[in-house]
Order: sequence, then structure tokens, then C-alpha cells
Amino acid sequence: MEIKMVAVVGAGVMGSDVAFDFSAAGFQVILKDIHQGILEKAEKKVKQTFKMVKMASREFKDISLDEIQSRISFQIDNTNLDDVDLVLENVPECLETKETVFRELEGLCKQGTIFASNTSCISITKLSSFLSDPSRMVGAHFMNPVPLKRIVEVVKGVHTSEETLDSLELALKKMKKRAIVVNDYPGFVANRLSHLFMNEAAFLVQDGVADAKQVDLLFKQGYGHAMGPLETADLIGLDTVVNSLNVLYESYQDSKFRCCPLLKRMVDAGHLGRKSGRGFYGY
Amino acid sequence: MEINEKIRGFIEENLVVFEDEATFSDDDNIFELGFVNSLFAMRMVSFIESEFDIEVENDDLDLKNFSSVNRVVDFINRKI
Repeated sequence: MEIKMVAVVGAGVMGSDVAFDFSAAGFQVILKDIHQGILEKAEKKVKQTFKMVKMASREFKDISLDEIQSRISFQIDNTNLDDVDLVLENVPECLETKETVFRELEGLCKQGTIFASNTSCISITKLSSFLSDPSRMVGAHFMNPVPLKRIVEVVKGVHTSEETLDSLELALKKMKKRAIVVNDYPGFVANRLSHLFMNEAAFLVQDGVADAKQVDLLFKQGYGHAMGPLETADLIGLDTVVNSLNVLYESYQDSKFRCCPLLKRMVDAGHLGRKSGRGFYGY
Repeated sequence: MEINEKIRGFIEENLVVFEDEATFSDDDNIFELGFVNSLFAMRMVSFIESEFDIEVENDDLDLKNFSSVNRVVDFINRKI
């Protein structure tokens, strides 16, 4: 199936950027949220993302903001969801919330619509159990900043069909992205490894081995990372990092995923990283 | 703090090289010198808009406007 129209459900930071990127590649996009305030922020985010990618990438040199905005419908209601070929779910990382969303959307969308989740840790096979046809569920883990990343971690659930995978891969190709198809275990590849890395980096700061800047500099200069683990944690949001570590710990019952107390304390103090103006660094 | 000091401070917080290796004048092109990368370019727009309460228009989105401390200062002064 050729994907032409996409519904991005959940208009937070990632949802807004995913909607931007689909639109920039020529797809018609519905960006849906249940809160009008979040949709208004999303419209501003799309303009902000446009400015940032124009500065950071020659690929977006000839693209116009008007063009991108004309292809995105910001909406609370369910208009035109029955025309959508792909739903990309970006709601908060809570199983119950995702279950509600998928069950509702399946009833509103046409037969054959593909359902993709941008979950960072929740089992795709589990999410597929909320659909009458689990073969149409797939994981599509986009990374930040979405328009500048060339890869997407695509997660094959136990029941995900080859047709579903092929359709998604073709759509990603149109966005000049490559699908890295992995199997379904909690955290998949990217978050299972990155959260261990960020968590241990937080332990290094907690234990007084080094400060945040030193830890990050060692990896940026020593290993060529664009961002260090603690800058990355601040970018993701420390509350999100803590939640994901808890999901991983719950899933594997392995102490290697136990959350660093410093991270929990920072979240309790409201120091969530970039979004709150303070994390391991000030913003 | 003067505008150029604020800009220089922001650049120094976002270096991709060691601080003591990043010696640059207000006229030096910090991208050509390899002191900053594309992530910095993205952040610079947000920083300028929030710090100086100005809007960077779509037509302004050219690295030339932000390639040195003096170019950024000139850009901000045109907008204020």
C-alpha cells in the first residue's frame, strides 16, 4: 500500500517534528491532539523547526514554510481520519493511554490503515493486541531532531506483516530516511542501550567521579559523539528518561536498569532538562 | 552585558572543541574554524530570538548572518 496521508496523534515536541518532516516530504498530514493549547504550541513548534532546519541543513534550502503548513491540518476532532493510510502514535509513554488511543482510532480509520507507535520502550506486540488485525501494527521510533536524522528504528512485532513493513519503509524512503528493522523486546535497540548509558553517566556525577561537563566532553572529544549522554538526557527530558528506565526495569527485572537516585531527585526537584530550563545544565 | 559579550558567551557554551583551543576574534568565521557544528546553528536562532526578543524571519535564515560574533551583532542591531 502506498502511504499518502498520515495522522500524527499526539502533538508534543516529537509529534510536531514528525508532522513537519512528513509534510516536508510531501505527505498530507493530520496533527491531532486532545488539547487545543498543545495544538497551538505545535503550530509555533513547526515554525521554529522550519527555522532550525533551514540553518542546519542544505537539504531544506528550497522548502517554504507556507508549503509545509498548507499540508498540515492541526485538529482536535476526527475529521478525515477515515482517509488516513498511516497513523503515527506519539502520546505519552503509558500503556493504558495508548490502548485507549489505538482502540478508538481503529474504529475511525479505514480497513488496511497501518498503525505505528513512536513508543521508546513499550512492546509493539503488546500494542498490537489492541487491534483486531495485529499485522498492521509496527514500531516507528523517530529520533531527535527528527528532520535531521537519516534513520528510523522500525520495530517488527510478532504479528507485524511484511506488507506493513514494506509500506512503512517506502514512506520513510520518500522522507530520505532509512529503516533499521529490529525485533521486539522492551527498549528495542536505541533506548535499551542509550538509557543504560545515560543512567550510568548520571551515576558518575552522583558518585563524584566527574561533573556533567567532563563526562560529556570525554564522549564528544574522545568518541566523536555529537552530544554527550547528559546533554542527551537533558534534551529528552529527565522525567522521560526516568519513566523509560522504570519501564525497562519492570520489563527485564534486571538491576542494571535501576534508576540512578540522582535522576529521581532532579525530577522531584523539577529539574527536567531543557524543557524546564535546568537539568544537568542550565538553559 | 554588551551584545557581543552575550554572543561570545553563547558560542563558548556550545563549542565542539576544547575551550583553550577556541581562540577567535569577533570577525572570525566560527563555522569555518570548526569550533561549532550544525546543532549550534539550530540553537543560535532560538537563543537570539529569546535573548533579544526579536524575530528571525525566514529570509534571515542564512548562515552568513551568524558566522561570526560581529555578523550576529550587526544582525541583532538591524532588528532592534
